[in-house]
Amino acid sequence: MIGRLRGFAAFWYDFVIGDDWRVAVGVIVAFAATFALSRTAVPAWWLVPAAVTLLLPMSLWRATRGK
Amino acid sequence: MNGGALFVAVFLACVVEAVEALTIVLAAGTARDWRSAYIGVGSALLVLAGVLAVLGPAVSRIPLSGLRLFVGGLLLVFGLQWLRKAILRASGHKALHDEDLIYRTQLATAEAAPVDRRGVVADWYAFTLSFKGVLLEGLEVVFIVLTFGTNQHAVPLASVAALAAVLLVAVAGLAARAPLARVPENTMKFAVGVMLTAFGTFWGAEGAGARWPGADAALLALVPAVLLLALAMVAVLRRSAAPEPDIVTPVVQPGEVTP
Repeated sequence: MIGRLRGFAAFWYDFVIGDDWRVAVGVIVAFAATFALSRTAVPAWWLVPAAVTLLLPMSLWRATRGK
Repeated sequence: MNGGALFVAVFLACVVEAVEALTIVLAAGTARDWRSAYIGVGSALLVLAGVLAVLGPAVSRIPLSGLRLFVGGLLLVFGLQWLRKAILRASGHKALHDEDLIYRTQLATAEAAPVDRRGVVADWYAFTLSFKGVLLEGLEVVFIVLTFGTNQHAVPLASVAALAAVLLVAVAGLAARAPLARVPENTMKFAVGVMLTAFGTFWGAEGAGARWPGADAALLALVPAVLLLALAMVAVLRRSAAPEPDIVTPVVQPGEVTP
């Protein structure tokens, strides 16, 4: 039973999070920062695109380093 | 986003998933037993319909800002996964997805497995292979239909796009009785990764409280911007890619999620 639950959890982790959990954490942090900034007078729309511009190259760098 | 863009995004993503499911079903049917493989397909479609019936109304009850944050986040994480793999493939750091090779590998494995009859299913291996393949690839289809559809209040249009993609691939594949190796799957995955990432960025930021300059028109800048970033990454990574064959033997199991 525990093995099946683990398998179920592993499937959903692989399905949503995938190979690099840091990308998911980075997205959550970017959304939180966007929410905080949107409460101020400063425009907040640029934060998530900026996060993507950082997260994607960093994830690719981790995937290819050492090759 | 207009209906046309939604249709294209969902259609392309679903063609990719359907081609992968088709390869598994063809291997199960050809190497083992077509009837058991079809029962597996039917059972998986029933489960998927149940998932859609439960999740669809539940997701549509979430308030729009919360929905955009939740769906945007999922879509962005999902899209970055697709894009990451597509860039690694395009730059030579990861083996290209080759349906012919996957089909031959599945076929050899299926032929070696023993026959096991259970109830009305004459060949349990063919049944489970088809069932798992269709269910896992189908879950991605359901996910894409729900996320795109609910966000734009266009679940019927997203469903039609998905259905059209699945029917097109099923008819073409079953008529040919061969994997659809000519479908430019790697290019399509690249395009879908760009679209999922751009839409996830747009909806997620909006759900978190940001206001886009130009409202929906911001997507017209976001999609090409993500595409340019991805192409730049491919160009940079190509320089560091070791010279190796474009295609190597993939180890793809029916239980593996393969964006």
